Amino acid sequence: MTEGIGARVLRKEDKRFITGKGRYTDDIIEPNQAYAAFVRSPHAHANVKGIDASAALAMEGVVDVLNGHQLTGDGIGNIICGWGVTSKDGTPMNMGAWSALATEKVRYVGDAVAVVIADSAEIAKLAAESVVVDYETLPVVVGSVEALADGAPQIHENAPGNLIFDWEIGNKEPTDAALASAEHIVEMDIVNNRLAPNPMEPRSAIATFNESEDHYTLYTTSQNPHVARLVLSAFYNVAPEHKLRVIAPDVGGGFGSKIYIYPEEITCLWASMKTNRSVKWTSDRTEAFLTDAHGRDHVTHAKMGFDKNHKIVGLRVNTKANLGAYMSLFSSATPTYLYATLLSGQYNIENVYADVQGVYTNTVPVDAYRGAGRPEASFVMERMMETAARQLGVDPAELRLKNFVKEFPHQTPVIMAYDSGDFAANQKQAMDAADYKGFEKRRTEAAKRGKLRGIGFSNYIEACGIAPSAAVGSLGAGVGLWESAEVRVNPVGTIEILTGSHSHGQGHETTFAQIVAERFGLPTENVAIVHGDTDKVQFGMGTYGSRSGAVGMSAIVKAMDKVEAKVKKIGAHVLEASEDDIIIEDGAVKVKGTDKQMLWHEVGLAAYTAHNIPEGMEPGLKESAFYDPSNFTFPAGCYICEVEVDPETGVTKIIQFTASDDFGTIINPMIVEGQVHGGLAQGIGQAMFEGVVYDPDGQQLSASYMDYCMPRADDVPMYQVMHQSTECPGNPLGMKGCGEAGAIGSPPAVINAITDAIGNNNLNMPATPSAVWAALQEASKQAAE
Amino acid sequence: MTKITMTVNGKAASKDVSDNTLLVEYIREHLRLTGTHVGCDTSQCGACVVHVNGQAMKSCTMLAAAAEGATVTTVEGLATSKDDLHPMQVAFKENHGLQCGFCTPGMIMTATDMVKRYQEAGKELTEDAIRHELEGNICRCTGYHNIVKSIQDGASKMTAA
Repeated sequence: MTEGIGARVLRKEDKRFITGKGRYTDDIIEPNQAYAAFVRSPHAHANVKGIDASAALAMEGVVDVLNGHQLTGDGIGNIICGWGVTSKDGTPMNMGAWSALATEKVRYVGDAVAVVIADSAEIAKLAAESVVVDYETLPVVVGSVEALADGAPQIHENAPGNLIFDWEIGNKEPTDAALASAEHIVEMDIVNNRLAPNPMEPRSAIATFNESEDHYTLYTTSQNPHVARLVLSAFYNVAPEHKLRVIAPDVGGGFGSKIYIYPEEITCLWASMKTNRSVKWTSDRTEAFLTDAHGRDHVTHAKMGFDKNHKIVGLRVNTKANLGAYMSLFSSATPTYLYATLLSGQYNIENVYADVQGVYTNTVPVDAYRGAGRPEASFVMERMMETAARQLGVDPAELRLKNFVKEFPHQTPVIMAYDSGDFAANQKQAMDAADYKGFEKRRTEAAKRGKLRGIGFSNYIEACGIAPSAAVGSLGAGVGLWESAEVRVNPVGTIEILTGSHSHGQGHETTFAQIVAERFGLPTENVAIVHGDTDKVQFGMGTYGSRSGAVGMSAIVKAMDKVEAKVKKIGAHVLEASEDDIIIEDGAVKVKGTDKQMLWHEVGLAAYTAHNIPEGMEPGLKESAFYDPSNFTFPAGCYICEVEVDPETGVTKIIQFTASDDFGTIINPMIVEGQVHGGLAQGIGQAMFEGVVYDPDGQQLSASYMDYCMPRADDVPMYQVMHQSTECPGNPLGMKGCGEAGAIGSPPAVINAITDAIGNNNLNMPATPSAVWAALQEASKQAAE
Repeated sequence: MTKITMTVNGKAASKDVSDNTLLVEYIREHLRLTGTHVGCDTSQCGACVVHVNGQAMKSCTMLAAAAEGATVTTVEGLATSKDDLHPMQVAFKENHGLQCGFCTPGMIMTATDMVKRYQEAGKELTEDAIRHELEGNICRCTGYHNIVKSIQDGASKMTAA
């Protein structure tokens, strides 16, 4: 089987993209389409005293100007966070109200207060500028530490001191006791910089209200159209689910930022009903910086204890998580259950305790961005381990090896039960490929050229395939996290797979077809993947958290099991054999040990003509399934980064980046490697280039590509990507997930390498040339003292 | 409103557009060729790259009026037929040089221009040169690894063609 599991099948979806025939939301034009432009607050914190839209309404081509009082007056509900987190003291989190259009108060620059609907995008934008809003400005706070300080400006009435939750996990007293009696203590302050996700396709929405049927259609840039429909219906009261169709056509990248249901989609739907026009909105790039949910932004203090044999005895972590001005859909889960549950890393640690404060600030809401909590956890763990090795004077690889979890399943003190892995094998593979042994020679050679060479490790572990619905429900999730699939075998034997997963770059049309090809011995060209339309696919939880393989494909497998059972019954009946003797291979249904067979399309035809099927059997050949995972999956690996720093300028060049990952079963290595490449670039971006910058007034200084440094082609190297896998026991294909690992594992490897090169461990991300240069000056000053 | 006439993908195009219409708007909104994309507001991302009179151009930096009388090629005009793709398009597919596909048209238009310029100047298109030449094209999905490989492969395919 050349197209089955493990084959590097070229992507079925590519042709439309390379010929310019992709169909993204902004490419679509509805008849009688109007355009929306939002009136956004230029202030980070202000009372709204009044809105004067008279000049805008007088402009030719303006259809209407709508505001938040009208929106709430029509019963449109507040935007909610779908994951309830309980504080240490047992109280629920303090969620402030978030209206799609602000009424009394704005809380970040970009908060929308009104929307202009006009005949063209140009008129709408011009008219939006002529809407006069009377603001009474209020004091502003942008950092989580400052927002928790006494006397900080109060952002939401029901979150005193701007504290949303004060949550904890792990075993506190034993951890403190272990740290108190530890032989060595490593203690660090660690900042995880705020990032803007920046999928290349800006968000876009087109809403159409059909008055005669009381029905809405929404085209939108979503990673999870069914979740969007559910939330728009159940919480925002836009329309009941059967009166709302959500379509996410080709979507140009998501990285988490297109999970959420934003004010703009809600407003477009509502405005379509108000104006009886199709309403389109497409974000420009600065608007994306101002409104797409940001990622990360943690301030952490961590303390790790070792015994005299360099075994870790305990870890205590405190993190202040900046959640921005409002609670986005999964904002509470990201710095808690997706973060602190990974604070045992790849290591056997008996005692771990973490507490996390979720904090309101006058900034863009923060939510899951590629990796979601796990990059923050791996950054804490792997910076601590590398620092510990330096302080203990031991090899960083040795120190990790000594502390690895070696037996599975392994229960950590922070909920997770690791099911499989071979961390030493990944480490060895990466060390061999990176020629770790030869590093000191290369360092010496670089020094002769006046360059500082450094090497850094990162042995990450993360949790994907989120996760058993009952488990996440008990932790506060407002939804189940299963996936659904339908397998339709047509009368001519071709197959359509309808999946609740959504592809926005991941290549599902190819990978999903491969598992069908493998199972039934058919060419992938006979298999079509249908996704992204709530009218076609029965339901789906969408694509994020690297769940399309472990959960989405498992649902397809479960549906294929049912198809296979029915096919075998038909085969046994027609071929007059025992069902136990029926096998399916090479696109045929065969009787074992004989030459009797039915070709695949003959089975399809038999099922649909129903002239000769077993008595009592329903005609047709179509099965659906819902798959609920039994556990998280645990991708893990070892990344080694080697850099050279120019001490004159602080410019860092990545000489070599080596990644050895354990993703379990790999369906299409070409696609998996591509996922790792992209994740690595985003992680290197975080480590060296990217960072959202606010001034003290809450103005975003980095809200364009002239100011926010996206990694370019000449900023990154060719990557050495390899696999050393153990099968995941938790799902039928043995898959762990590969979508986020690169972004999770790489930042600590880069910073560990740079700090190794410059001999100063005090370096925050992004390690720009000026930051590296300053750290070098600090190091030489300290050396002189 | 001004009537703007140009040749796009070998066909004459003529549309009445307002004076401040950008070339990318002319292509996307008026000619409905939506393969050319808009990914930023500041001419950094390169998703809108087309060829104007044989040169790669960010169509968001140029007024439609400035392309009056010009010959424009967009990604839709690169293949000679639906089954006969441009060698660079084939290279992007064969080397997995795209994921979400949004930056891809701009990447391919930049790449074909880059290869042509280097070939005409008799210069070697090294990996470093490709990375440097991609300064004006941002991709968020691929980490550039397979884009660089695609352009290397596309360059040899274009030489062979």
